[in-house]
Amino acid sequence: MKQEGKRAIWSEYQKEIADDKFFYVRSCIRQNFFPGSEVAFLRIMRDVLKKDVYEHPCHTTCSGIGYHGDVVPVETAMTVVARQFALMTEAGYTNYVPSCITSFGLYTEILDTWHHFPEVEEKVRKQLKKATGREFRIPENLAHASDVIYKFRKEIFAQAKYKLINKETGEPLKVVDHIGCHYAKMFPSKGVGGAEYPYVLSGMVEEWGGETIDYPERRHCCGFGFRQYLVQANRGFSVACSKEKFESMKPFKPDMIITNCPGCPMFLDRWQYVINEMEGKRYGKNGEGIPVFTYEEVAGLVLGFDPWDLGLQMHQTDCEPVLKKMGIEYSPEDKYNTKICASVSENHNLINV
Amino acid sequence: MSKHVIVIGGGVAGLEAAGQLSKAGIEVSLIEKDSLTGGHLNNWYKLFPDRRHSSEVKAYLDGISLNDRIRLLTGTTVEKFHRNKSHFSIITDKGKELSADAVVVATGFDLFKSEKKEEYGYGIYDNVISSSDLEVMFRSGKIVLQNGTVPKTIGIVHCVGSRDEKAGNLYCSKLCCVTAVKQAIELREHLPASKVFCFYMDMRMGGAFYEELYREAQEEWAVNFIRGKVSEASETIDNKLVIKVEDTLAGRPLKMELDLLVLMAGMEMSEGGKKIATLSGLTTGQNRFFSAADPHYGSNRSNINGVFYAGTCTAPMNITETISHARAAVSDVMDYLKESN
Repeated sequence: MKQEGKRAIWSEYQKEIADDKFFYVRSCIRQNFFPGSEVAFLRIMRDVLKKDVYEHPCHTTCSGIGYHGDVVPVETAMTVVARQFALMTEAGYTNYVPSCITSFGLYTEILDTWHHFPEVEEKVRKQLKKATGREFRIPENLAHASDVIYKFRKEIFAQAKYKLINKETGEPLKVVDHIGCHYAKMFPSKGVGGAEYPYVLSGMVEEWGGETIDYPERRHCCGFGFRQYLVQANRGFSVACSKEKFESMKPFKPDMIITNCPGCPMFLDRWQYVINEMEGKRYGKNGEGIPVFTYEEVAGLVLGFDPWDLGLQMHQTDCEPVLKKMGIEYSPEDKYNTKICASVSENHNLINV
Repeated sequence: MSKHVIVIGGGVAGLEAAGQLSKAGIEVSLIEKDSLTGGHLNNWYKLFPDRRHSSEVKAYLDGISLNDRIRLLTGTTVEKFHRNKSHFSIITDKGKELSADAVVVATGFDLFKSEKKEEYGYGIYDNVISSSDLEVMFRSGKIVLQNGTVPKTIGIVHCVGSRDEKAGNLYCSKLCCVTAVKQAIELREHLPASKVFCFYMDMRMGGAFYEELYREAQEEWAVNFIRGKVSEASETIDNKLVIKVEDTLAGRPLKMELDLLVLMAGMEMSEGGKKIATLSGLTTGQNRFFSAADPHYGSNRSNINGVFYAGTCTAPMNITETISHARAAVSDVMDYLKESN
């Protein structure tokens, strides 16, 4: 493989990412799946990077899962999104940062639709005004939260306590980066590095000392695929998809998986447990699973956050192999003694302070 | 007084046009950006459909174009292009000013840059090559993988950068199908133990004896033709390529391991042609090639009186068509010079 070929492609896909004053919108499902991740994002942005990040208490779902699950019509989704933009406008912000990849994809798709069909935007404006009395401005900058962490990856590394390096061997950790489908597959120019070889997570991994793995099923679905999982009868397909990926990445002996989507870490994590239950099969080294992380969790580990404050005890595939490799000091006995982020100041669990 | 014509481009069309003009008693200045004339012909191995060596055609073109009436300016580019009534003035990158009574634009084509189809991994995976790279291998007589071993399973992808909205090229490059058939046969000739698979959308075998070559590939060389677009290529830990493709006749997806993947790069308006268009005000079409004054009976004439087109700067063409087109351009030039006397 020629790394310079990838670099040439990456250089084609650079996007503008705002520097400060972010209007942050959480995901519907991430807080259930990986409850520490969004808190970690806020902590990194506010405490470590000293950035202004605002959350609005009236923010709702973007309806993206319903839209992609064929139960929410596009015009409804547009009006819901218009309301979110109205909240941003009312709060005096212009840089919109969704936590969820599907939200990011939906916002991107809607903004592109409005760009090409201004009459649709006009109609949505009227609908929103009629229904809520609200008005909105189009965000000046739309970036996924992983874009923002990518932008500040060097600043994060400057304050790093740990690196993505095996402390025993001195070798870079081998990392599988898995990008959510709705990040760049629909609009390659809106993703860092494009759709085929996205750089958003690879950039973080490289900066923090690791090495990314390119394996044959890299682009394959994580197993969520919405209807594969949401329709109960299809769940066998969901496990089969994830299994295909694990089989494909196994020969490369990955130390961990990093993701930037709500569904991907959930399914890559959970289905490893399920496959082990069904077939007694594990894909990591020494009979272990391959730990799966969100990018906020990885950033938090690099910065020295307590693994249990990051919510890593919620993972179904144990994260400890990576903690040990990185030489992270942690307390095994506190794993399930949740301190409700005792080490985090109480403000971080509030929306805005 | 003798008339003077500038020919821009020293590929097949430019050489043929220059040769025919000189035969008719016209003084010619032939400007070629590379150090050698012949253009893409210098890289090709054997030509379809008769499989004669490309050097034979090059020898013919040299034979008609190397004479005292043709001033050859190789390694030279056009930097300024002016028209003053019926006279043209061209200034080269070397500061040389040339004046002429007419200009023939024969700037040819560039091959589609295969790395733009990112999903195929050209420039990233070691054993993904273009049709042009394979011609160079045939010429060297050495068809080997990056690690020096001989490929056993080879895939050929048609329509790379052609008929592809995403690549910005809606048109068919017309010659990639027959090139794929020719190269598949040549691979089987050079590597009898190999298996060759062609992945196509349609087989567009429009030229004389192309269809026969396609049958020969199947019947005599056991080349496998699978109707379906390759969606992606990737690499295993053993440096093998894995491709995913939909077999649309069987109605099922395929996943296949290959040693070598060859991409049939399409034809695009050349960068040199684009530059001439900008300098001169010559118009281009939606496909970015030069647009002819009339698509039916004026394909050699341009929007500028006294400037003519020859060859693939107007559309994809094979060598036979290119030579005919260049001769037709000369016929138009001669009429123009006669009328402007």
